[in-house]
Amino acid sequence: MGHDGDGVAGPGSHAGAVEPPAGFVGCDETIERLYVYLDGELTEQRRIEIARHLDLCGPCVGAYGFEQELRKLVANRCQDRVPDALRERVARALREESGATAD
Amino acid sequence: MADQGQFSDLAMEFMPALYTAALRMTRNPADAEDLVQETYLKAYRAFGSFEAGTNLKAWLYRILTNTYINTYRAKKRRPEIADVEDVEDLYLYHHLAGDPSAGLGRSAEDEALDRFTDTDVKAAIESLPDTFRIAVLLADVEGFSYKEIAEITDVPIGTVMSRIHRGRKALQKALVDVGRARGLVGASDEAR
Repeated sequence: MGHDGDGVAGPGSHAGAVEPPAGFVGCDETIERLYVYLDGELTEQRRIEIARHLDLCGPCVGAYGFEQELRKLVANRCQDRVPDALRERVARALREESGATAD
Repeated sequence: MADQGQFSDLAMEFMPALYTAALRMTRNPADAEDLVQETYLKAYRAFGSFEAGTNLKAWLYRILTNTYINTYRAKKRRPEIADVEDVEDLYLYHHLAGDPSAGLGRSAEDEALDRFTDTDVKAAIESLPDTFRIAVLLADVEGFSYKEIAEITDVPIGTVMSRIHRGRKALQKALVDVGRARGLVGASDEAR
């Protein structure tokens, strides 16, 4: 157990979440915005707030790293090889279509 | 205005990505192949209306997604509900954390992730309801921005964000279920 904060962590947060000093965002808000942060879709101000929190909070960095890995896993484990027959089929269909419109 | 003669040169490189998305959408290779062919034919015919220099990949995805929704989804309309009320943030992370007293390091969860196979991940994605599956595919498999996804699926950005958010939660739940079935996630673990 890291911090001895009691009752600070919200339902979505990690154990031992710390109360943020004034002007800093806490663990709850960081976790809540983690996906949008990973998506690169936060406003610049919010992005800096989250990045600053991640600089200081080991548990949140752990969660951040995990979600980053999960994102890669979903993208990488979800690729399929195009069957040669499909490439040929589409090429043929387009050739026929261009022949049809050329008339 | 785009020149139809250039269509193949420009559009064919996106076939692997389109085919992958088509497979996740239709959940079977025969329909996926038909969907991809139909997408290319429609795109070819409409290529005159494509604005050269804009995002061709997003344009093709828009045609693919619309064709899927109009043609394939009509066959078996199911309620579009992603029941994720009980899925908290970091759901998968917490479930893979296992027994803290085992002294697992931070990378243990990352290592546990590696044990999920292609089949596991595909099955988890395919278990999601259409709307949420499409949102997750576009965001996490294809890496489109919220704005691009809004244009592809024709809904406001706020709706896109909500679908991605719920879809990701549903995906984490599905991965935990798949992981449990394969013994990668502790069955009794009510971790949070």
